Amino acid sequence: MQRIGVFVCWCGSNIAATVDVEAVSQALAKEPGVVHSANYQYMCSQAGQDLIRAAIKEHKLTGIVVCSCSPRMHEMTFRKTAESAGINPYMVEIANIREQCSWIHKDILTGTEKAIVLGRTAIAKVNLNAPLTAGESPVTKRALVIGGGIAGIQTALDIADAGFEVDIVEKNPTIGGKMAQLDKTFPTLDCAACILTPKMVDVAQHEKIRIFSYSEVAAVKGFVGNFDVTIKKKARYVREDVCTGCGLCTEKCPVKKVPNEFNLGMDTRRAIYIPFAQAVPKVATIDADYCNMLKNGKCGVCSKVCTAKAIDYEQKDTLIEEKYGAIVVATGFNPISMEKFDEYAYSQSKDVVTSLEFERIMNAAGPTQGKLVRPSDGKHPHTLVFVQCVGSRCANCAEKGKEYCSKICCMYTAKHAMLTRDKYPDTDVYVFYIDVRTPGKNFDEFYRRAAEEYGVHYVKGMVGKVMPEGDKLMVRASDLIANKQINIAADMVILAAAIEPDKSARSIATMLTASMDTNDFFTEAHPKLRPVESPTAGIFLSGACQGPKDIPETVAQAGAAAAKVIGLLAKDKLKGNPCVASSNELMCNGCSSCERVCPYGAISYVDKEFRGPNRTVLVRRVAQVNPAVCQGCGACTVACPSGAMDLKGFATKQIMAEVDAICK
Amino acid sequence: MQVNEFKPKIVAFCCNWCSYAGADLAGSNRLSYPADVKIIRVPCSCRVNPMFILRAFQRGADGVIICGCHPGDCHYTSGNYYTRRRMALLFSMLDYLGIEKDRMRLEWVSAAEGAKFATTMNEFTEKIISLGENKRLEDLRCKK
Amino acid sequence: MQKITREILIDKAAFLLSTGVVGSVFGWRAGEFDYDVTPALFTDKTDLKNNFVFGDFCGANVSKYLIKATKNAEEKILVFLKPCDTYSFNQLLTEHRFNREKVYVVGIPCEGMADVRKIKEKAGEGILKISSTEDGVIVDTLYNGTISLKKEDILLERCKNCKSKKHVAYDELIGEDGTVLENDRFDEVAALEAMSPEERFNFWQNELSRCIRCNACRDVCPACTCEKCVFDNPESGVENKAAYNSFEEKMFHIIRAFHVAGRCTDCGECSRVCPQHIPLHLLNRKFIKDINQFYGEYQAGEEVGSRAPLVNYTKEDIEPNDAVNKGDK
Repeated sequence: MQRIGVFVCWCGSNIAATVDVEAVSQALAKEPGVVHSANYQYMCSQAGQDLIRAAIKEHKLTGIVVCSCSPRMHEMTFRKTAESAGINPYMVEIANIREQCSWIHKDILTGTEKAIVLGRTAIAKVNLNAPLTAGESPVTKRALVIGGGIAGIQTALDIADAGFEVDIVEKNPTIGGKMAQLDKTFPTLDCAACILTPKMVDVAQHEKIRIFSYSEVAAVKGFVGNFDVTIKKKARYVREDVCTGCGLCTEKCPVKKVPNEFNLGMDTRRAIYIPFAQAVPKVATIDADYCNMLKNGKCGVCSKVCTAKAIDYEQKDTLIEEKYGAIVVATGFNPISMEKFDEYAYSQSKDVVTSLEFERIMNAAGPTQGKLVRPSDGKHPHTLVFVQCVGSRCANCAEKGKEYCSKICCMYTAKHAMLTRDKYPDTDVYVFYIDVRTPGKNFDEFYRRAAEEYGVHYVKGMVGKVMPEGDKLMVRASDLIANKQINIAADMVILAAAIEPDKSARSIATMLTASMDTNDFFTEAHPKLRPVESPTAGIFLSGACQGPKDIPETVAQAGAAAAKVIGLLAKDKLKGNPCVASSNELMCNGCSSCERVCPYGAISYVDKEFRGPNRTVLVRRVAQVNPAVCQGCGACTVACPSGAMDLKGFATKQIMAEVDAICK
Repeated sequence: MQVNEFKPKIVAFCCNWCSYAGADLAGSNRLSYPADVKIIRVPCSCRVNPMFILRAFQRGADGVIICGCHPGDCHYTSGNYYTRRRMALLFSMLDYLGIEKDRMRLEWVSAAEGAKFATTMNEFTEKIISLGENKRLEDLRCKK
Repeated sequence: MQKITREILIDKAAFLLSTGVVGSVFGWRAGEFDYDVTPALFTDKTDLKNNFVFGDFCGANVSKYLIKATKNAEEKILVFLKPCDTYSFNQLLTEHRFNREKVYVVGIPCEGMADVRKIKEKAGEGILKISSTEDGVIVDTLYNGTISLKKEDILLERCKNCKSKKHVAYDELIGEDGTVLENDRFDEVAALEAMSPEERFNFWQNELSRCIRCNACRDVCPACTCEKCVFDNPESGVENKAAYNSFEEKMFHIIRAFHVAGRCTDCGECSRVCPQHIPLHLLNRKFIKDINQFYGEYQAGEEVGSRAPLVNYTKEDIEPNDAVNKGDK
């Protein structure tokens, strides 16, 4: 039996004006388990807390009920008071007789009556409270960043600068991501390489950062502070520690017709390649799908020319096991496939390109050395048509496009149009749009410059059809403002393809038990207040994996994610929330219902031996809750048919006792 | 006149993060609602086991209302979605058994919706008063 | 009625036993009367030959028994499953209740099983022998002579509304597999829904007040396989029994139906075994009907590992208040 002390607070006149506090404390003194009942002007004051502490000592109290303001206000205060007097802080319950009673009822009789019921309910609960202790777990002071684009790079640099070790896992042979492919960046038009590659070098040279390039996350176990990650380092058939990146092999390799993914297939590379000049790590990689030596054992040229003896045809995929305290997802985005958008003749004409392809054409290091020419015949185009929102904001074309706005297209199209007009004043540039969205610092000014100073023709309306005719592309579009159909004989059409999360994100989310929305963007723990954290503790989000973002936003979010990671890694131990679910193994059926509703992946199953009758041993599958991962929502407790799963601090029996006390 | 004498017993389960805070806000703004409503704080509406609701009815509650964060705003991301399914089935079943369907309700009340909390409770209580005492569900053995 | 005979099954079982594929056989054991058949495990060939039966009274769903039978079995157990049994079988596998590797399933066709209550109602007391015919049974009785009964008059309720002749799990099939059937199993639920709340209350009051809390419905239910049932657990707060026409019985049945909601395969065993003839399947079917209507068609057990509707959600799910008001104008 508990020895409960009841403490009724007047809250000055806030409570005492409409609740007869003396009557309440007298009535509650008669409740089962109550050995002491008192009231005082301000329980939360120093004097009030002293009163509680003294009563705990004098009456050897084991549980406390404070009838006062909302627990959201002072529950913590009174828990600390109790703890300082030697009782477990979770033996305290609050009866909310201010917000839920004195403030809303004007009649003192009504208020007093209700306050007694609320007090009685809290007493009924405390009678069934058990001391709870928050678990502690150590923190591995190292972070993993999945993805080596600008988001991953910035997050890694910020974490490493704070003194913590960081590993970057990048699935491609080099870090750099999409930004490395860009030409200029809006709204300032600095060249992407000029601002990105120094950061790539910083990453490579940072003593706290390791790069696992051409690698993937293969498995994740554990929980916040204690993740066990398996990283698969794919065989690149070149010894990374030996290769000097001289590039001789990439010139001598006889297999010349491999589509170059860095230039989106607009030119070719060799079977052994370095994606681009500033790649980090600057190490060659053999493409096993094309290499003659790997395919049929005939060739070996690269090995012969390599003076560093870095080529190793026998290399195998290797698995690396590593421990991390925090994981940052920075898996980025891709433009969607244009295959289903036949109306724009993307697959019929080489002169219909996506914006990212256009970016490569305009790039001095691209397939045309930055000269604007038509991919089909190499001629200089005079009329260019940019089509906005191709697959974005596409509510009724869910099977090929996306419902959301891809956010970055308005600005990069303005950039493309402006740069085209700047370099080639003889061109006519049209931009077809639904709206032009420019909410960013200096963004609108940038767009207006494109339209006003550079004479880009912005036309509100959508392109209906693009038809190749001879060496022209006939563009049929509507001008919504002039309310007429227009036909343009264009030389090139550039499609602002919607962007979508990288395909690898889904499997990573599953491994991390991090939630995603229907578009496969990672969901944040709170859309406003916790935008860089996943609801799964210890998992953080950086960049476009969480939603479409431009570079300034990505970098800002990357820094924010790093700050959260640093805050976590700076702790030596993590104190959990003791109000977590726990499963009674004797009653658990192992049916997996609880596991399926758990938003945090906190529940796992083990085969456990139980003693059966006649000295037999039975092995049963039972649920176990990881208290470090569980956040205490209680979804599992209702999913569990046998009642094996219960929630500490909000146990089934406690809630039933509250129900009974109210209905008495 | 007798109807006015009837003091219903109403149990309100409120999730800690939205609805309980909404109730606090109603209090802070001095928005009154009947004293017949008594709140039980749960971490999330998904902690509310149908057994609790049946238990309340069995012990003489005249109405039970469950309040949680709006869909999409759950502190635990998905708890209220499970609540919505569970309660849809439970309410439908109780209705099927011939129990007045207005005795149970699920409402989404955010931490900012103090006014909505008070209005909801006023309306719900009015409804319960109009339904009268919960005779169909109460366990006779539990009556004094 | 049944086209398949006990001899075929005994031969199959004997063959699988002698080849070492299985070490025991789960099926139905003959009782004193033709209709008095019990699910049982056979380990001995002679016992199998003498006492194994298969016929129109083998309605019992044997899936659930596999939990216990497989626990300490060293060798595989042969089990004969009717189409409806295979749904429960899959549902149990979904919930990891036994090891699939320990079971060898032979799917057998079913022509619908007979309800002995209906036969007794029509033939009266003193049944001596019931023999199967093409489209019904012939009953020899002590007092009323020989009576011939038609199949549609004596089928179990769930067989009249058979949902599937298709086996969703088996290692081997005897005979041709059937298909999922069109059926009217929700008609009774719809009829109740169409009544006024008072009528519904009276209907259920009348039905449920007969409940004697014998727990037969729970004990037979293949979804009720908890290591410890909440109704047997003093800690659960709902364990107490009642002897009076009160809400207690309703609560038992509501909670039980809710616990199996989304997991119930609608095998109808609860109604079959109820000694008080309470149409308990109407509770489970209400949940199934609602689930189908609110969240899309879902058949528990159709697929191993499928996600039950109550451990799933969509962002656009119906609101409970709308769900109960759907019938209102």
